[in-house]
Amino acid sequence: MAPHDLRRPFKRAAISDQQRRRELALQRQAQQRADSHARARALASSLLALQSQPQPEPEFKQEVEMEPPPAVVSSVLEASKLKGSEARRWFARQLMLPEWMIDVPPHLDRDWYVFPRPAGKRCFVVSSNGTTVSRLRNGSVLHYFPSALPNGARIKGVSGPASAYCILDCIFHESDQTYYVIDMVSWRGYSLYDCTTEFRFFWLNSKLSETGACNPPSTYHRYRFSIVPIYDCDQMGLHAAYAGSVPFGRDGLLFYNKHAHYQTGSTPLAVVWKDEHCSQYFLDTDNKGEIPAQQQVVLELQDDGKLTTSDDPPVVFGSLDGEFVQKSGLHSGNFLRFAIKDGGAQVVDGKLEMCDIQYMGKANRARAFADGYSKVFFQYTARHSPLRIDDLVASIQPHLHEDEKTTDVEMTD
Amino acid sequence: MEAEGFVFAGAADRFPTLGYSIAEADDDHNLPDCRPSPYNMAMEVTQILLEAQSVDGSVRKRAEENLRQFQEQNLPGFLLSLSGELANNDKPVDSRKLAGLILKNALDAKEQHRKNELTQRWLSLDVAVKASIKGCLLQTLSSPVPDARSTASQVIAKIASIELPHNQWPELISSLLSNTHQLKPHVKQATLETLGYICEEVSPDVVDQVEVNNILTAVVQGMNASEGNSDVRLAATRALYNALGFAQENFTNDMERDYIMRVVCEATLSPDLKIRQAAFECLVAISSTYYEKLAAYMQDIFSITAKAVREDEEPVALQAIEFWSSICDEEIEILDEYGTDFSADSEVPCFYFIKQALPALVPMLLETLLKQEEDQDQDEGAWNIAMAGGTCLGLVARTVGDDIVPLVMPFIQENITKPDWRQREAATYAFGSILEGPSPDKLTPIVNVALNFMLNALVSDPNNHVKDTTAWTLGRIFEFLHGSIVETPIITQENCQHILTVLLQSMKDVPNVAEKACGALFFLAQGYEDVGSSSPLSPFFPEIIPALLTVTHREDAGESRLRTAAYETLNEVVRCSSDETAPTVMQLVPLIMAELLRTLEMQKLSLEEREKQNELQGLLCGCLQVIIQKLGAAEPAKYVFMQYVDQIMDLFLRVFASRNATVHEEAMLAIGALAYATGSNFAKYMQGFYPYLEMGLQNFEEYQVCATTVGVVGDLCRALEEKILPFCDGIMTQLLKDLSSNQLHRSVKPPIFSCFGDIALAIGENFEKYLIYAMPMLQSAAELSVHVAAADDEMIEYTNQLRNGILEAYSGIFQGFKSSPKTQLLMPYAPHILQFLDSLYRKKDMDEAVMKTAIGVLGDLADTLGSNAGALINQAVSSKDFLEECLSSDDPLIKESAEWAKLAIARAISV
Repeated sequence: MAPHDLRRPFKRAAISDQQRRRELALQRQAQQRADSHARARALASSLLALQSQPQPEPEFKQEVEMEPPPAVVSSVLEASKLKGSEARRWFARQLMLPEWMIDVPPHLDRDWYVFPRPAGKRCFVVSSNGTTVSRLRNGSVLHYFPSALPNGARIKGVSGPASAYCILDCIFHESDQTYYVIDMVSWRGYSLYDCTTEFRFFWLNSKLSETGACNPPSTYHRYRFSIVPIYDCDQMGLHAAYAGSVPFGRDGLLFYNKHAHYQTGSTPLAVVWKDEHCSQYFLDTDNKGEIPAQQQVVLELQDDGKLTTSDDPPVVFGSLDGEFVQKSGLHSGNFLRFAIKDGGAQVVDGKLEMCDIQYMGKANRARAFADGYSKVFFQYTARHSPLRIDDLVASIQPHLHEDEKTTDVEMTD
Repeated sequence: MEAEGFVFAGAADRFPTLGYSIAEADDDHNLPDCRPSPYNMAMEVTQILLEAQSVDGSVRKRAEENLRQFQEQNLPGFLLSLSGELANNDKPVDSRKLAGLILKNALDAKEQHRKNELTQRWLSLDVAVKASIKGCLLQTLSSPVPDARSTASQVIAKIASIELPHNQWPELISSLLSNTHQLKPHVKQATLETLGYICEEVSPDVVDQVEVNNILTAVVQGMNASEGNSDVRLAATRALYNALGFAQENFTNDMERDYIMRVVCEATLSPDLKIRQAAFECLVAISSTYYEKLAAYMQDIFSITAKAVREDEEPVALQAIEFWSSICDEEIEILDEYGTDFSADSEVPCFYFIKQALPALVPMLLETLLKQEEDQDQDEGAWNIAMAGGTCLGLVARTVGDDIVPLVMPFIQENITKPDWRQREAATYAFGSILEGPSPDKLTPIVNVALNFMLNALVSDPNNHVKDTTAWTLGRIFEFLHGSIVETPIITQENCQHILTVLLQSMKDVPNVAEKACGALFFLAQGYEDVGSSSPLSPFFPEIIPALLTVTHREDAGESRLRTAAYETLNEVVRCSSDETAPTVMQLVPLIMAELLRTLEMQKLSLEEREKQNELQGLLCGCLQVIIQKLGAAEPAKYVFMQYVDQIMDLFLRVFASRNATVHEEAMLAIGALAYATGSNFAKYMQGFYPYLEMGLQNFEEYQVCATTVGVVGDLCRALEEKILPFCDGIMTQLLKDLSSNQLHRSVKPPIFSCFGDIALAIGENFEKYLIYAMPMLQSAAELSVHVAAADDEMIEYTNQLRNGILEAYSGIFQGFKSSPKTQLLMPYAPHILQFLDSLYRKKDMDEAVMKTAIGVLGDLADTLGSNAGALINQAVSSKDFLEECLSSDDPLIKESAEWAKLAIARAISV
């Protein structure tokens, strides 16, 4: 039993650099493992949430439908893990798709915003983990790039908290290589899905420029982001949106209901409208960019041979007989292009009906959806009796009577 | 008193003399069965044992071979022969000593697996053989030859450590105790020494309190001043050191404790230096084991230690200082645990001994600082009173904080400009020592005044020792008073350039000073870790990096671990650099690669050169690892860096040709970082890298290498995803072997389970073929981890790590199989997994990490198995109470996992 050594560390760091490297490596590995588990779960929980969303037939369920669980949002980021067709399918469901304006919504001036829609590709922009990805409406990737959005580039040593991701609803405008942000879905991990349009636009206007995302491109910031001028849909607002000068090519007007939440898929609470003055794409063009003589529609082939729109529930615009389907090698789920023969469609009781459409072939493979009912209808009226800007203006002539009434109520409060 | 305590004196009649007592053995004549004879299989081994110590290598080798054969062919005979040799007073001392040593090695080994084997081997020996051996050993305690007695003591303790836990050799303690009444001092000495060794070897819970009392009685009697023989007194004092752990009961009894403390304190005044030293060692051990019982004795202990520090010889003075360091350790730990802002009536078990002793303690420690040895800074193994005193002063500062500053400042001011280097060095060392503990508010004004003085001294003081301490003190200033946590910065735009100029110049000084200057730069860089995209250090990169590289190339960089310090500092500078200096860091890549290539091309090295080569390779791989991690995380830099990856991988693979564990581990860590940075592109290196990966997984002996490699498998899974599939058969085989091995250090096993999860997540349903192997292992480990009785904190921590690993494996497997048509393959395992979760919940001893992983597994199970498992999940407590508890947890991570589980379960049950 010799005397015990009692030397203590002297003028030395208590821990070796190798041990430190070891510990840092372990920390990094543990973090990445936790991240990949969390990713798998977030993805799953979003799919769960999508599946468990109620079918939107009865009106009274509207409210439930208006608040998708926050999981959906975080999952958008996580879904970036998905690959190929799976990813495309998933992302294709995440955008809010405005219906086409087939009649003027009531209280346009009180309840709606209007803004010019930049011409270009609609896309979802997700910044996370030090990178930014934009995906088109059909889910395919447009760009991978560094951006000044939160967590959009690896500009600090470690990537920021995984939660600090952002999701923006944008239109990529080719000629000035700019992403015009038309909606903000998630900001720094904070979900805006269940916020009103009013709040989302307010947040978008106050937050985006803070980050430097609106600055000109630089090493860590490949594309400029920009905000679109948004107006209350009164006469002045509507005029400004329709004719005011904008730095981009205009492709119609978008109308957003102020009280609506961000809702994935097609919604009547956001609508698009255009005429030949404010859009060069007033009438649909074909693959060659030319306006076909007859209106064309893309419909989805169902099991029973019926041809439907992308709406939920789908609108049936015709059917193919089984023999033809078989002979042409078609399958249910195919998107098929048809031409509407002259007089082949008509409006009955305010509803569009088809009676004579001609099969032209399969639609472009990149397509994720058939046309929606409102689009077909809009294109139909565009060729026959379009909804004009004057009609819109007329609908927002001041209704003095109503306004006074509202004021009275407020004042007695 | 219900339990009979140990009694102070005259307890002889309390020891019944057992049938066999060594005291009665005749000193001069051995008992018959200790003699070699054909009947007891023993053999004459003297000659072989002597030859085994021959200077002639071939003779030695042959003898060793003979011994080995004898042991293999006839173990009982072999052991009997050795014990007979040890016991035989007619034999030469050298053969007896070696006989004892071989016996000891036949009973115990450092390596746990081997140790268990030896234990089993001894237990399974014939009882008569064991009795005979034990008889010889006890008899040897009476031998007139000190070396024989001492060797026998140790062997007896080894046997005791095997047998006492199995309730064998119950008469051992009492037969030893009966010896302590022997008149012959050498027998008494050997017996006390044996008791000491036994207390060191066996755990207190296998000795009952009555025997503990008797041991302590004997030991304390032996320590008493009335014991005339100083060998006996020394043996008793050293025995007490080991027996203190047995004295829990006795220390709660005031009378018994008073008595023990009195005897120990008296022994510190013994005329014999070794006894004084051993007595102070006892005080040090008491200070940590029985801190809360010390209040009544502190006044006396202070007087004794102060006298020893000032007047006694160094070995004693060092122990006396250590007593106070140890008290500091205790109080720092207590205050750490309970925080500093508690109310007066809260139950913090701190007695503030240091605070109370402060006015007398600090001057005593300051005096020691002036007793430096010349050149102590060049001697790695140096430890003297000045070093111990300064270290203790640093601990005191950490214990009391601000209060120490006014007590030390006058000493500094008085001495720092004196012509005698000892005074300047002592003053500087005192200053450096108190920089950790007091608040920045208190220290910053002083440091602001002192900084220029220090910088000046580092350049111009004529004494190396002073410069060494000055550079170290600057490092401490940067470590504790510079960085984002400090409000008023010590380093400003104005003085930054000056500080760097001085440090870089000082890095050209003698090795020990240069090493401290590197250390100061290390902490200077570290303080800028969190500054964001632009670091105040960036403008100086073009000076700092070449200066550090120059240091690594110094001829004398092998001294004072200068080269290591330079690389460590380079690593820290890189780690804490901001993106604006990424191009400069990038320039390091080809440089470090070239260095590594040079080490690989060295040929025909001597042993010493090879060691140096290994060390250098380790440092370079470590440096590359840090660089890879840095550049891999910076977006534009990463793409530039990728051009080097082919070459770097090539170098790493060549490094694996070295047989050195540290180098392997460093290269492995670097490859993990590389895989993370390159992602799925890493696949092209797999063919070349795989053999070394396998080699790493097979390295049981150097388990750190194995553990690191397991971690890298996880990195590969995440980088390669399904591209790792072709290598999974090999990897899984190795991992399963690792798990089944009882040679592999247990700490590697939890990460291996986690690694199963990584693999399953990467390859999805392809994990199918491994299920039949992995699942039973997970299951039995899971069972073990809920049934183990965790005795201590370490075991509890390990158990939780194990659980966490198992749960991570389950999560990975469930997630991997999600949406696969083979999901139903997991159904048979669900009941057990749910039971495991329920047991964890019921046991209430899981930590937060386990809780989070466990509730996550519940969600993963529900998500993957869906409605098929709905009924099972409904029955599990986990899906109700446990889930509720997690949902209301304050820990956001637990809550998040619980919300996931809730969602997944809701769906599984509803459909």
